[in-house]
Amino acid sequence: MLPGPGARKEKNVDIVVLLKQVPATESLIQVADDGVSIKTEELKWVINPYDEFAVEEALRIREAQGGSVTVLSVGTDKAVEAIRTALAMGADTGVLVNDPAALGKGALATARVLAAAVKQIPFDLVIAGQRAVDADQFQVGPAVAEYLRIPNVSMVIKTELLDGSIRCHRTIEGGTVVVESPLPMLFTTQRGLNEPRYASLPGIMKAKKKPLETKTLADFGLDAGALEGPTARIRALSPPAERGGGRIIEGESAAEKAAALVKALHEEAKVI
Amino acid sequence: MGLGRDEMDKSVSEDFLRLKQQVVQFIEQDLEPVHLQVEESAEIPEHLVDKMRRLGLFGLSIPRDYGGLGLTTLEEILIYEEITKTNACFRSRIGTSNGIGSMGILYDGTEEQKRRYLPRVASGEWTAAFALTEPDAGSDAANISTQAVLDGDSWVLNGTKQFITNADTAQFFTTIAVTDETKGASGGVTAFIVERDAPGFVVGPADVKMGLKGSHTHELVFKDCRVPAENVIGGMARVGQGFKTAMRVLDKGRLSMGACAVGAAQKVLDLCVERVQRELASGMAKADLQAEMFALADMATQLYAARQMLYSTAIKKDEGRNVTQEASMTKIFCTEMASRIAGLAMDSFGEEGILTRSRIEIFLRDVRLYRIYEGTSEIQRIIVSRNLLKNSRSRA
Ligand SMILES: Cc1cc2nc3c(=O)[nH]c(=O)nc-3n(C[C@H](O)[C@H](O)[C@H](O)COP(=O)(O)OP(=O)(O)OC[C@H]3O[C@@H](n4cnc5c(N)ncnc54)[C@H](O)[C@@H]3O)c2cc1C
Repeated sequence: MLPGPGARKEKNVDIVVLLKQVPATESLIQVADDGVSIKTEELKWVINPYDEFAVEEALRIREAQGGSVTVLSVGTDKAVEAIRTALAMGADTGVLVNDPAALGKGALATARVLAAAVKQIPFDLVIAGQRAVDADQFQVGPAVAEYLRIPNVSMVIKTELLDGSIRCHRTIEGGTVVVESPLPMLFTTQRGLNEPRYASLPGIMKAKKKPLETKTLADFGLDAGALEGPTARIRALSPPAERGGGRIIEGESAAEKAAALVKALHEEAKVI
Repeated sequence: MGLGRDEMDKSVSEDFLRLKQQVVQFIEQDLEPVHLQVEESAEIPEHLVDKMRRLGLFGLSIPRDYGGLGLTTLEEILIYEEITKTNACFRSRIGTSNGIGSMGILYDGTEEQKRRYLPRVASGEWTAAFALTEPDAGSDAANISTQAVLDGDSWVLNGTKQFITNADTAQFFTTIAVTDETKGASGGVTAFIVERDAPGFVVGPADVKMGLKGSHTHELVFKDCRVPAENVIGGMARVGQGFKTAMRVLDKGRLSMGACAVGAAQKVLDLCVERVQRELASGMAKADLQAEMFALADMATQLYAARQMLYSTAIKKDEGRNVTQEASMTKIFCTEMASRIAGLAMDSFGEEGILTRSRIEIFLRDVRLYRIYEGTSEIQRIIVSRNLLKNSRSRA
């Protein structure tokens, strides 16, 4: 029997999604004048693509099992936009930790803040992107699991919820492994997990009315001093070397050109 | 205040901008990659229609109380402008249902009719179509001859309609028929809701058209077709008022047509700009491209003018002012502008443009149709000029 509207399904799963707002991957990235950061004024900001998979997976699990989806982000006022988009996709509540003391201190400090925030939310499952496509550190998800003292499974491409546990298919080099973990646990997403939905237009209108709390470190009993600075410091940033121009293979006939091309691909580029 | 595109973005809500951004992303990621496939197969893949449903696109102008988004005219136009930058039939699939097909019920329907039909249109579960045109009544819509006679507790319809958009997918048709031959358009014509499974109702094969190939029009045949007495739009009290309903529906459609023309023209201009940039990058001198450069300037200027008309008329309409005159002028100018721009683009693309299914060729054929339906350019000129004479007489 299907539960009626509002009825609690038996296996309600409360899920927290860790979400970061990042520059859109198609943005033109330019090094700022300080030489150690990037220019942010002109950038278009989006939800980290791996976190979009996380939101989608959370929504699918909630749709199948019942429960709730909370989106949690550490960021500035700007990140409200990303949280609202996740709410428009269907998440229930948003929490933004907006505190200058929480920013720019590196992945471990971010993970500590997120873990402290997650502790205040009832949860069975935490889902995070495997990495944020801005700094590509792969650290925050596993570190949050560590601070929360819960199991972590990375790079997940398929999930199956069981009674009190979850089966995750994770990619490894050349294959996949299937692991089972008791709940509560944290997993990080890998491309292929799902196809994130668009925020529906009615969803966008409803999102404005959904709860979105803003918190500071004080709300978690953390003081700024407790967060040690970044363990690694950026000394310099430089754009990758520009690609050189192409080369036009010369020759009298098509056959001659093809032969020269094959030779070049084999001997110089070493691709065939 | 200037009314360029970016300025316009500043005068709509942030909510709306987020919504528009979502639609633009959908267009770029899902619709644009298949625009040619849709042109060749003359079909929109069903999974894309499903995505449109899930996005909420079928409810743009249906009020929120009936499950739609309740957008203003201006907002709806800004969405249509985006969606007509890709294959024009995507807009038809949505806009006919969420427009002429269901607006009669929204404007003049009973509460019960609104509750039965509008939420299903808004969710995309049901498609709506509008059936006015007949073999002997196109521009001269008052000349329709499809008859409806009350027999007990049902109406019996007899006659033929043609060029009915979305007739293949529609679950119901807002159908205009004569109920009193002695009275003509004012008092003798009534609007009905005909559901697809009504006995005696047949949808003919799709017309093969020069443009809008993925959007199908069909003939409808009513042969002793029975519909329940309560299917008069607005109930029995509105028997004889159907011509007014039809005209009000078409009034609104004119601005939508303007938006389609502006969207298509913008895309054509963008393609032309890219082409000139490519020519310059490949070493052509600006002096050798002067004709193309001037054409770009002419296109942009006309497009800018058209957009001002469109936006300012939409804003006036949203303020509750009567815009019959402005809407007709906007339809003339925007749709004819789009044809001119597509023609100029053809000049500058040359042989690359005339190839069947080149982007420019498709636009050239598609925008031509905008000058015909929902009132031809000539009919709009009649409306505009009669209004001018009427107003000058009242002033004298
Ligand atoms: C793609 C497409 C979709 C359509 N979808 C629908 C639909 O969903 N529902 C529906 O009911 N109809 C639909 N139509 C029909 C459309 O509304 C008619 O084609 C239109 O009203 C013109 O009527 P007609 O084709 O009979 O041309 P006619 O009225 O015969 O006109 C032929 C020409 O004569 C001109 N003309 C006519 N009268 C005058 C006059 N008094 N003075 C000067 N010039 C005049 C016209 O402007 C036109 O150039 C559609 C048409 C097209 C092309």
